[in-house]
Amino acid sequence: MKRLLQIEFIKLWNSRSSRILILAYFILLTSIALVAAIKFDIGPIQFHLAEQGIFNFPYIWHFNSFIIAFFKLFLAIVIVSMMANEYSNKTIKQNLIDGLSKKEFILSKFLTVLTFAVVSTLFVFVVSLILGLIYSDYNELPIILSDLEFLLAYFVKLVGFFSFCLFLGMLVKRSAFALGFLILWQVFEMISWGFLRWKFFDEPTTETIMGFFPLNAMFNLIEEPFSRLNAVQSVAKQVGETLVLDYQVKGYEILIVLAWTLIFIYGSYALLKKRDL
Amino acid sequence: METILSVNHLTKKFGYLTAVEDLSFEINKGNVYGILGPNGSGKSTTLGIVLNVVNKSQGSFSWFDGKLSTHEALKKVGAIIERPNFYPYMTALQNLRLVCKIKEVPEDKIQEKLELVGLWDRRNSTFKTYSLGMKQRLAIASALLNDPEILILDEPTNGLDPQGIHQIREIIKKVASMGTTILLASHLLDEVEKVCTHVVILRKGKKIYSGEVDGMLTSFGYFELKSNEQEKLFAFLESHESFGTIKEDRGLLTVYLEEEMDAAELNTLLYKQGIVLSHLVKRKESLEEQFLTITKN
Repeated sequence: MKRLLQIEFIKLWNSRSSRILILAYFILLTSIALVAAIKFDIGPIQFHLAEQGIFNFPYIWHFNSFIIAFFKLFLAIVIVSMMANEYSNKTIKQNLIDGLSKKEFILSKFLTVLTFAVVSTLFVFVVSLILGLIYSDYNELPIILSDLEFLLAYFVKLVGFFSFCLFLGMLVKRSAFALGFLILWQVFEMISWGFLRWKFFDEPTTETIMGFFPLNAMFNLIEEPFSRLNAVQSVAKQVGETLVLDYQVKGYEILIVLAWTLIFIYGSYALLKKRDL
Repeated sequence: METILSVNHLTKKFGYLTAVEDLSFEINKGNVYGILGPNGSGKSTTLGIVLNVVNKSQGSFSWFDGKLSTHEALKKVGAIIERPNFYPYMTALQNLRLVCKIKEVPEDKIQEKLELVGLWDRRNSTFKTYSLGMKQRLAIASALLNDPEILILDEPTNGLDPQGIHQIREIIKKVASMGTTILLASHLLDEVEKVCTHVVILRKGKKIYSGEVDGMLTSFGYFELKSNEQEKLFAFLESHESFGTIKEDRGLLTVYLEEEMDAAELNTLLYKQGIVLSHLVKRKESLEEQFLTITKN
């Protein structure tokens, strides 16, 4: 396993563009801390984002894992191209001839993806912990350690998404087209939602069905955290709306994403096995 | 003799096209093999199948008597097929380190092999800055990193300039002289003739000959003869049962043998008949002539 990771590391780290993108990604992860600095002080209106409770434990786990998940697009580029470039450089052929089995090839890519996800999750954990310790109103250990399942959801979300990227790189063989396909797929899922809702089902049924689509399933893992904010709640109360809060991470949603991960990785393997290079 | 590779009834179909049909042959240790055939005769496809990058349709092959799985066996093989494929943004050194990791061999051979192909001075240049000849030589260095049991080369001199061709051939000869088994696919006959001891000849995916280079045609060679008494010579040769076809071209008789006979024997025979020769040469058909004869029908 170490050997497979080393192989992939040599390939990635010696490429300048991948190196820059990876570094940029991790710098961006850390930059979430800058949100704390957002502060308006215009005469009577004083606003300090950090004091709105977004950095309170355990809410911070939810907030940060939701926001930071958007940065995964940076790594998506790296992952799609690390797969597609093997085709355009024909190095995949040479790797196999040199004695890498097809299984090992896919495994080395998947292990890399797992590593990215693990490191990202650790980053989110550490950054959130530090921010929380500085700004949170509650600092008791049991509170700090509650709701950590958001980090698990974040991890699964990344693994699922990156596996999708790997699969697209494998399927399309050209990085630009694969990324285009990813966007196209997102649009397709949105249109499907609209179409199902319009023609066939009521809202809850549509949501349930769409929950099985890969990108939607990944998005569903972590519900949006904004409606939990005190400020938002009180505004809602004033206009007479009660927000129904169901923000828990659900086990079956994790299962759906894991199932997709399995399909994508196995699919990549099946493609590689079937193709003549 | 130790079998390195055996191919049994291998068939590959691309849709309607049959690229390789019912092909069987064996590669034994220590010989230098050539796979010959016109373009599109299935050479590269065959190599692709045994190298795990093309899926076979039918038949089987096994490396080292089937003692190893294909990808384990490939770690003991050095192979270059078609264009050299490396990571363009990585230097020669980085690329070879990667190959060492894949083949699970230590990195201490890198310098030796780069020196062998004359690229040690350029070890820190990225692959994309190399000329085609240099790329091809790097590919050979890479294939030799594990001191392979067998070196497989597919058209190694394709697209190179004369100097590059010469360099590659020298390297191949050097490797062959070290006792490495070599399998060389080519349509360049003189290339094969110079280095190979055995050949497999393919035409439209079918094997039409496999065996030693010398045994390709059941022919005993031919004589080129000249004499002052040309008519007498002609008449004698025609009457003798050892000789087949006789051709005359500008006073030079070319006589094909039907059975074994050496030049001294013929000379004695003719002298006894009172025919004195002014020119006597015994020749074997060149590989090119044999190849054309075999692939013609």
